[in-house]
Amino acid sequence: MAKIRGSIVVDVERCKGCEVCMVTCPTGTIAMAKEVNHKGYFYAFPANPDLCIGCANCAMVCPDGVITVYKTKI
Amino acid sequence: MTEATGIKEIIKPENLVYKRTKIMTDNVLSYCPGCGHGTAHRILAEIIEEEGIQSQTIGISPVGCSVLLYNFLDIDWQEAAHGRAPALATAIKRLLPDKFVFTYQGDGDLAAIGTAETIHACNRGENILIIFINNGIYGMTGGQMAPTTLVGMKSSTSPYGRDVKLMGNPLKMTEIVATLPGTYYVTRQSVHTAANVKKTKKAMRKAIQYQKLNKGTCFIEIVSNCPSNWKMTPVESNKWMEANMFPFYPLGDLKVPAEETTK
Repeated sequence: MAKIRGSIVVDVERCKGCEVCMVTCPTGTIAMAKEVNHKGYFYAFPANPDLCIGCANCAMVCPDGVITVYKTKI
Repeated sequence: MTEATGIKEIIKPENLVYKRTKIMTDNVLSYCPGCGHGTAHRILAEIIEEEGIQSQTIGISPVGCSVLLYNFLDIDWQEAAHGRAPALATAIKRLLPDKFVFTYQGDGDLAAIGTAETIHACNRGENILIIFINNGIYGMTGGQMAPTTLVGMKSSTSPYGRDVKLMGNPLKMTEIVATLPGTYYVTRQSVHTAANVKKTKKAMRKAIQYQKLNKGTCFIEIVSNCPSNWKMTPVESNKWMEANMFPFYPLGDLKVPAEETTK
């Protein structure tokens, strides 16, 4: 059976670390980084990339539009 | 195939499902982390791109947190005096009836200083779209009490909570304009979850399409959060909004075109 796999790319320097994407992610893909970006925010990153299903919920709720989503069937 | 190469294979242009729209400029949004303004801007930009009306759209930016809105969306803009965006939109729409004209206002701009402009523009049935961001507080000036502040809600000018005897009741602007004969489509949405974002996008698309029909004012209220002035984290503020704002400002359509209800 074809498996749906997704992947996200976060524009780290634009991320303000609001964590809204982290709580909206249905699979727990996203976590906040332990280090900060140039503006001093703990940015979001795909901590568990294998779990991503490419639903784009994170990108839709991101106030700064920093997330790009890709999705494919393997 | 290792996982690392697996992810590289997913990230290809043909697999793209969501990307920041080109209508949004590269300027970094001036809002606090987690503010609903950014999401509302992006939805608006996506609708403009998808409808292909970038060159025909004129926005009126308000005074408030979104005062720098003209920096963020790559369309034509006019900055209005505080609260006077609907009056300016009226003028622009009457002079250039083929353009899509919208105003984007916060609760301090639309429901406080600009109440008269808003109500009269809606009552005249000006063929414009009014987007109203309601977070129940004056965000830019430091969290003072707004007309839309909930009863008992603390702000910097109501530190013991809003007292009805002293400060009056919160103003439900959307309910007021829904009773006016000039409005064509009145709805209240929010942008804090993906499902609500989709609904808001649908409402905005409808409002843009109704403007082609010349039937009257479209009014979209977006109940939003203000993490900085509510003194909460963005995630907490969204939960607080669901628990406290939505019972008083229930989401959904308040006025839909008569043609659609009979379908």
